[in-house]
Amino acid sequence: MKKMQTTVAGVTLAATLSLGVQAETLTIESWRVDDKDLWEDILIPAFNAEHPNIEVRFNATAPTEYDSSINARLQAGTAGDLITCRPFDQSLSLFNQGYLQPLNGLDALDNYQDFAKRAWSTDDGETTFCLPMASVIHGFFYNKAIFDELDLDIPETRDEFFATLNTIKDDSDYTPLALGTNDQWEANQIVFTNIGANYWKGEEGRLALLSGDAKFTDDEFVDVWKEMASWGDYMGRGYEAQTYGDSQNLFALGRAAIYPTGSWDISYFNNQAIFEFGAFKPPVADSGDTCYISDHTDMGIGINPASKNGDAARTFLDWVASADFADLFTNEVTGFFSLSNHQVEVQDPVAAEMISWRNDCESTIRLNAQVMNRGTPNMEQELWVVSSQVLNGTLSPEDAAEQIQDGFEQWYEPQSK
Amino acid sequence: MKRAFPWHLIFFLAPAVLIYTLFSAYPLFDTLRLSLFTDSPDGVRQFHGLGNFFTLLGDDNWSGPFWNALWNNTKFFIIHMLVQNPIGLLLAALLSLKDLRGARAYRTLIFLPTLLSVVIIGFIWQLMLSPLWGVTEGFLDFFGLGFLFEAWLGRESSALITLALISVWQFVGIPMMLIYAALLSIPDDLIEAAHVDGASPWRIFWRIRVPLILPTLGLVTILTFVGNFNAFELIYAVKGALAGPNFSTDILGTFFYRTFFGYQSQIGSATMGATVATMMFLVILVGVMLYFFIVQRRLTRYQW
Repeated sequence: MKKMQTTVAGVTLAATLSLGVQAETLTIESWRVDDKDLWEDILIPAFNAEHPNIEVRFNATAPTEYDSSINARLQAGTAGDLITCRPFDQSLSLFNQGYLQPLNGLDALDNYQDFAKRAWSTDDGETTFCLPMASVIHGFFYNKAIFDELDLDIPETRDEFFATLNTIKDDSDYTPLALGTNDQWEANQIVFTNIGANYWKGEEGRLALLSGDAKFTDDEFVDVWKEMASWGDYMGRGYEAQTYGDSQNLFALGRAAIYPTGSWDISYFNNQAIFEFGAFKPPVADSGDTCYISDHTDMGIGINPASKNGDAARTFLDWVASADFADLFTNEVTGFFSLSNHQVEVQDPVAAEMISWRNDCESTIRLNAQVMNRGTPNMEQELWVVSSQVLNGTLSPEDAAEQIQDGFEQWYEPQSK
Repeated sequence: MKRAFPWHLIFFLAPAVLIYTLFSAYPLFDTLRLSLFTDSPDGVRQFHGLGNFFTLLGDDNWSGPFWNALWNNTKFFIIHMLVQNPIGLLLAALLSLKDLRGARAYRTLIFLPTLLSVVIIGFIWQLMLSPLWGVTEGFLDFFGLGFLFEAWLGRESSALITLALISVWQFVGIPMMLIYAALLSIPDDLIEAAHVDGASPWRIFWRIRVPLILPTLGLVTILTFVGNFNAFELIYAVKGALAGPNFSTDILGTFFYRTFFGYQSQIGSATMGATVATMMFLVILVGVMLYFFIVQRRLTRYQW
């Protein structure tokens, strides 16, 4: 029955398209201000080569303002046809308010694995409301010149990692770790959930928290903060006031050896860094252990139900799910990896290195991205604050765990038992 | 004789009244109204009475940050009162000295930062105080005081004070100008008479000038109060809406921003935001009223 429905939908779609009476206009709402040229010069022309009757506009709002502005404009009925979706609860809330169209029946969805669709599906997994577009992978960048100079190998285990940091600290003037806590988000998003996945075994630990079988006060979580507490020695002087931009500069200028980060920074350093850099994955406890990486579903695209060009919007999503798009996106928007099942040849060496970890390691999303950010107190915010305090040395790992667990228990039933 | 209705009054007042009502009064009252509503998860807005206020003041997750923000805001205000306004008074007194050379240049230079965007000010000071690239450490070293340097903007103990002092640096020109204008309006006869009576300049300043400019000092106080409790941009520009470290620089403005617009994965709530805005309005209203009833009524205006 379902199959027939989709066939009917497909035929109708094809019929509408073949008529091609009039050009339609689609507007894409996005927070990726940086990608404007890319969309206008590469992606949209590629789409138009196949669908010349649909005009597409890319309308970007600054990332910090995106969520509030898209919310307001959806309510006012002035938002564009296609909405770039934040992962999990932010988009789920839009869907629950009726501002995102359910995509059930869209064949294009078959091109994605469940893990990719999870970020934009209802909790029961029945309805998907955005097409997965891209993910980012977390890890560490390192300055190859400094590693050569000090004769360092890429660390695989935590012991090797700290030995490397000690060598850099003792034998050179370079800052071992380019990281600051002024902006606070790095402490959670590129430190805690980056190195933590190896401690709590990725999805296993994350799902245990959701089912109530594990608590933040368990060793596998507290130990992550314990490791972070020892990082302070390797960060630059006055790192408490160092912004994310400062850290980027510090690494780009070749003054720091290692930079904990996500793949989205690849294109920045391709442009800014004057040296060759490589990437290594978060170190494991013992050599040969299964490794876990934070492979975060970051960006999806959905349809505004108020759109007058619903058919054109669906055509566009079909194209986003195609192999062509996967290839264009992955290679042009360096560091954002297409989430579809298509095999893509990644050209950038660092991006290729990072995406290859998917073959060797288990993938997991950021620990608190699903469900855990839903209540009050907001866990994402709390994690930013406590994790940066742990890095600053003003909060003990145990107290950090206590605070997060306490907030979680207040509103999440499986945890309050 | 019956006087004609003063139509011209309506004609002249109408534009201002209309614009003020439309863009100031109406949004304000609508905010007060909105604070009595709540949004259900599926986006339906319903009447909630004083529920939001009970949540804000009664629920630990809300009241903790609220009192923290209010207290930080009070500290922010106290620092301005203790540093900005006395310095403003001192500068104004120095500028009004009869034989001061280049008074105009000083006046302009001191007033200049007021005209700059707060975002630029925040950025410049962040650069200067940066432990990585900043000039402050080298500057202190030059005087042999390098050991005093810390990441002031990054420590819970010093971040708020540092930001308040940056704000003082920017806005000290305003009290200076107001007080300067008041000092200039004091008639020379009074001062000369005091001279003739043998009063020292010090005595003239404290016994004649200061009492005469008291109403202006009161005005400066109330302007500082309203400005500080509405402050937002500087903290946002330097520390972001999370006002770190550990909310030590969180003031009502940043707290309101996070609540209303949301921040990162915290989803904004218009109704709860309106509640916070209403509380800010009440705090400012109470402050201004206290000032009017307790201070302003006792101020004597001298006629000459």
